[in-house]
Amino acid sequence: MPSTDQLAKTPLHDWHADHGARMVDFAGWSMPVQYTSIVEEHKATREAVGLFDISHMGRILFDGPDVAPFLDRLTTRSVADMQPQQIRYSLMCNDAGGVLDDILVYRPVLREEQPAGFGLVVNASNREKILAWLQEHVGDFHVEINDKTHEYSMIAVQGPKAIEVVDPFTDEELTSMRYYTGRLIELAGVECFVSRTGYTGEDGIELVCDGDKILGIWEQLVSAADRVDGRPVGLAARDTLRLEAGMPLYGHELLESINPVEAQLDFAVNLRDREFVGKAAIEEFHRDSHQRVRVGLQLDGRRVPREDCKLLRCDEEVGVVTSGTFSPSFNHPIAMGYVKPTVAALGTTLDVDIRGQQHPATIVPLPFYQRGK
Amino acid sequence: MVKPEELLYAKTHEWISVAEEGGDKVATLGISAFAVEALTDLVYIDLPAVGRQVEAEQPFCEVESVKAVSDIYSPVAGEVIAVNETLPDNLEILGEDPYEQGWIAKIKITDEAGLGELLDHAAYEKLCSEEAH
Repeated sequence: MPSTDQLAKTPLHDWHADHGARMVDFAGWSMPVQYTSIVEEHKATREAVGLFDISHMGRILFDGPDVAPFLDRLTTRSVADMQPQQIRYSLMCNDAGGVLDDILVYRPVLREEQPAGFGLVVNASNREKILAWLQEHVGDFHVEINDKTHEYSMIAVQGPKAIEVVDPFTDEELTSMRYYTGRLIELAGVECFVSRTGYTGEDGIELVCDGDKILGIWEQLVSAADRVDGRPVGLAARDTLRLEAGMPLYGHELLESINPVEAQLDFAVNLRDREFVGKAAIEEFHRDSHQRVRVGLQLDGRRVPREDCKLLRCDEEVGVVTSGTFSPSFNHPIAMGYVKPTVAALGTTLDVDIRGQQHPATIVPLPFYQRGK
Repeated sequence: MVKPEELLYAKTHEWISVAEEGGDKVATLGISAFAVEALTDLVYIDLPAVGRQVEAEQPFCEVESVKAVSDIYSPVAGEVIAVNETLPDNLEILGEDPYEQGWIAKIKITDEAGLGELLDHAAYEKLCSEEAH
């Protein structure tokens, strides 16, 4: 394990450390895992607003005339038909249809004099791999790949009061910005790329700006959030929030050994009238009725199933847990995992082996949590 | 009133006090304030059964937090003669009063060799400040 000196630091690193955060190594970055209590940070996001430093996420920008066909070739969801300002959740797969990463594809409008470009946000743990994969596939495409991760920083503002908190800092109408769109706006006097996206199951925004401008924005947002009982939130609560929202996390629900069909991510795969890396394999998975199924599991009691816990039916192994936690919103354990299709029906009761003891777990619909409209 | 300064500590963050009870040496065991603070958001404790034989430096109890499950180790070998039945439904006691009401188990010591490995309060504080950085 690298010492803390070798870890990458976001421009907010010292702020986190000065404000009581526990810093941990996450994908080579020194990141805040929690400031106070995971449950308090989780509930603040569900009930008011949570602020997240997500500057560790990989941010890649593209230039050149062939960007759209290039990305279209490497992602499971169509890129060529994306409208300016539009953002899409998508996947990158290898030839065997295994998931290399789950990503957001952006078609931001940068400046009026500049045509719409494209950008990706990728998982921190996969950034180097994805950059290499992109380079490897440039071939005859006229495309320039720019890793802007260290130049720009990124904050997520999430929760029912997120828009209320951000709104006073900009003249733009944030409420009119549609979900999964984004544009360049001035926020607290700084040019920011603001999008209506997130990873918590709540309403909110994510913003990207120059790394040396982010501290001022962060501090102003922290003050504004504080007035409505919001607060900074670490990676631990980011994990419990996304798990309640049924969102997969790379390294857990997604791996190169897992395909989009078993991950139940068909909505992020466009197979018609286009070619992309992994397509043939994914079509094959669609025809195979033995594919495992990603499911949500709910347990009574307080024992928490963790990653790698076995799922059993009549003592026969039928699946495995990929993420589990004690749900702060529902006050009982929840988990996601993969099971054989024969036991994947909603309402099916399985046994989960938690450290040698079997506990009943029921398959329930995903997401566990859905915000009120 | 138990003073944390008078207790002994394991490197795995348990505290121990040893007393004579009816001719036997009995260890009372809990987890330190530092451990509770590090775990945060406790949701569950799996107490050992009374009568269970415990081996030195082996886990005999589990605490579960939102984030992870952690083992609690006994520094001494012996038999569990009492457990704190109020804890499972009142986990907040572990944070509020870890050294008195937050005791976890009493163990009748059969082999006290492990006691020599324990840290006094000053040495334990030093360990904690090193781990915190």
